[in-house]
Amino acid sequence: MLSHLGFYSLVFSIFFSVCIIFLSSRSVYNKVSKNVNIIYSLIFLQLFFVVFSFSCLVTAFLISDFSNITVYNNSHTTKPIFYKFSGVWGNHEGSLLLWLLVLTFFLFLFFVNSKKQDLKYKLLTVIFQEIIILGFLLFIIITSNPFYYLNPIPKEGLGLNPILQDPALAIHPPILYLGYVGSSLIFSSSLAATVNKSVNSNWAKDVKIWVFASWIFLTLGIMLGSVWAYYELGWGGFWFWDPVENVSLMPWFCLTALLHTILVLEKRNSLKNWTIILSIATFSLSMSGTFLVRSGILNSIHTFANDPSRGLFILVFLFFLIVLAIIIFFLFTEDEKNTSKGFFLISKESAVLINNWFMMYFLSVVLIGTVYPIFLEVFTDEKISVGAPFFQKLMIPFLIPFFIFMSFGPRLKWIKDSLKKLNYYQITIFIITLSASYLIVKYSGVKYLFSVLLISTSLFLVYNSLRDILIKSIQFPQKISHFAFSILILSILINGIYSKEFNSNMKVGDEIVFMDKKIKFKSINFEEEVNYKLLKGNFEVSEKGKSAMVFNPEIRIYNQPVISTSEADIKTNLFNDNFIVFTLIQESEIFNVRYQHKPFMVWIWISIVLLAFGGAFAIFKNEKKN
Amino acid sequence: MKKKINFIIIFSLIIFIFITFIIGLNKNSTYTTANIKNVNIENFKSKELFSDEIINFINPNFKKKITILNIWASWCLPCRTEHEFLINLSENKEVILVGLNYKDKTENAKSFLNELGNPYEKVLIDDKGLISIELGAFGVPETYIINNQEKKIIKKYVGPIDEIKSKEIESLVKS
Repeated sequence: MLSHLGFYSLVFSIFFSVCIIFLSSRSVYNKVSKNVNIIYSLIFLQLFFVVFSFSCLVTAFLISDFSNITVYNNSHTTKPIFYKFSGVWGNHEGSLLLWLLVLTFFLFLFFVNSKKQDLKYKLLTVIFQEIIILGFLLFIIITSNPFYYLNPIPKEGLGLNPILQDPALAIHPPILYLGYVGSSLIFSSSLAATVNKSVNSNWAKDVKIWVFASWIFLTLGIMLGSVWAYYELGWGGFWFWDPVENVSLMPWFCLTALLHTILVLEKRNSLKNWTIILSIATFSLSMSGTFLVRSGILNSIHTFANDPSRGLFILVFLFFLIVLAIIIFFLFTEDEKNTSKGFFLISKESAVLINNWFMMYFLSVVLIGTVYPIFLEVFTDEKISVGAPFFQKLMIPFLIPFFIFMSFGPRLKWIKDSLKKLNYYQITIFIITLSASYLIVKYSGVKYLFSVLLISTSLFLVYNSLRDILIKSIQFPQKISHFAFSILILSILINGIYSKEFNSNMKVGDEIVFMDKKIKFKSINFEEEVNYKLLKGNFEVSEKGKSAMVFNPEIRIYNQPVISTSEADIKTNLFNDNFIVFTLIQESEIFNVRYQHKPFMVWIWISIVLLAFGGAFAIFKNEKKN
Repeated sequence: MKKKINFIIIFSLIIFIFITFIIGLNKNSTYTTANIKNVNIENFKSKELFSDEIINFINPNFKKKITILNIWASWCLPCRTEHEFLINLSENKEVILVGLNYKDKTENAKSFLNELGNPYEKVLIDDKGLISIELGAFGVPETYIINNQEKKIIKKYVGPIDEIKSKEIESLVKS
């Protein structure tokens, strides 16, 4: 019953999409506004039906209705209620329905919020957004219907993959989707503004809030994914340059560039075409991400389903949208008079452009590293995987000039500024940071050529962003985000350079000395929870002159599906994380124990939250001003 | 004029990417098996992972019918998925399963095998990846089926072993 209701609401939504596109196009063409109220109601109705359809799926999961194949494949009666709920988007079909929900919800929000906007622009945005919605509706109904019926009804479900049963991962997809889908609205509205020839500071003011909102959600979404990888996968890192991680990073670079460019458009009414290109690129990258992840063209832990027909559909749809965007861009844009060539070299505009160049460079590195293996395979049949060394080698050298530019950029004024900012004071500070980091690197025994320069430039950046907080002319949100970013970079660097790990086989009673620390495997207990059994290890790590730390990592054996996972025990304090994870060795009393010491780990999370907070504050301030 | 040229360039670039992706999409569903058949296998020497002895790959003690040489690494995700099939294959009495550990850290390799079980009779270390290059390997994982009597490669699999391939190997062993 629920499945039928859910499915037919989706079919209804298709009907609404077609109506909205038809009515809006007619209104735009005839330049009449009498249909606006009907369109408004239709958008609301469509949202209602999509919400209803989504609720059907949620209810099916909550009451464990195994007549629904999606529920059967991904849920189980003994699962805690929270994971039954998050199971809705823990699979391909459900997560697409969530995409659709957010798409329609955002369109509704846009329509409600932009009352003051020019009608033609508004309707054009609705048309483009509805095309995207229609595409997704068809995609769901044709290739990934979450409401397939199962008969006879099974008594028990297959269960959600236990590694997906984690709080961070439960909210990771929705947050990330808010970011991705937000970029769809930027895409639609930038195309609409191009057609309407209204790409100007007013438009920038209007679309800015969506840029900020998407950026915040994308930032937090990426972070949650990496929190999950750190705590759950137990590999002891937070970023692995896995294709799927890269795919979320690419729109982030693009969106970050857009975030800065849109301000130039708002304040100086310049860089119009570039803003449009970035808007199109951000959404195309988000969509390509979905394509690459869902089609199985890339091999990764995230691939839910390897169904080429799905891949083909997204691919065709994606290229339809991109080609549409490019044709619109070339037909309707005019050459700009006030272009970047007119910028004074030392000005905020140039600083933003330099920021954009760096973002584009980082983006291309990630893009090439991610897509190159696919191209290589198609042309030469060769299979390679591009790993961390590629990205590190190409990115790290460029971080140094990037940090230096970022130290000065935010302080520059619009239109024209002078070089007096680079004075003896700054040079002295730079020399101090350089020698400080030389000492740090020397006494910590790390032999890495770039370390001194990297740490010193990032310290320099931290110092300068800290000092910027005192400057009145700089916006408060910008101060927070830039400071947070500098802390993030410094923490990542220190974490990357100074992490230490040890790996060994131990049995109960063993003791091992590592880095002046004694690690003792004291005991092991068996316990039982609702849907899994667990082995709890008891480790004691003691250091001279400090009280001993007790670690209780777990090995969980889930009943449905039968999978064992290792839960790391992580002791976090302000300066470092200590991390113990252990795994079972088959048919023996020995366990494989991994101990890791990761400095400044918690600061990576704190600074990303702060970074996003800066963006949220900007939205709040913007709303207050209007 | 300039605009037109830009448009044509970008448009053709997109068509190119589109076509590549479509080909890639269809290609990826079946892993290509490079047809290296009846090629003589060259002997090589390397250190064994657990015993640290330097041993010959072609070993007179290998008296069984078939040798399966599997190139793997602990950092390689597909290797994890194929592991259970290797364990099943190692139970076949006609088969000697030898691992070639590709560009890996010894400790990680050991803990990988400790965690998932060790199907290999011997694990040879290829820390620089040179042996794999000489064997003509594309990457990891890769599996060679070798007839011990003739010392020839009967079949080569690029990419992880799955259920279908593992059945194919078993029928190869029987024939």
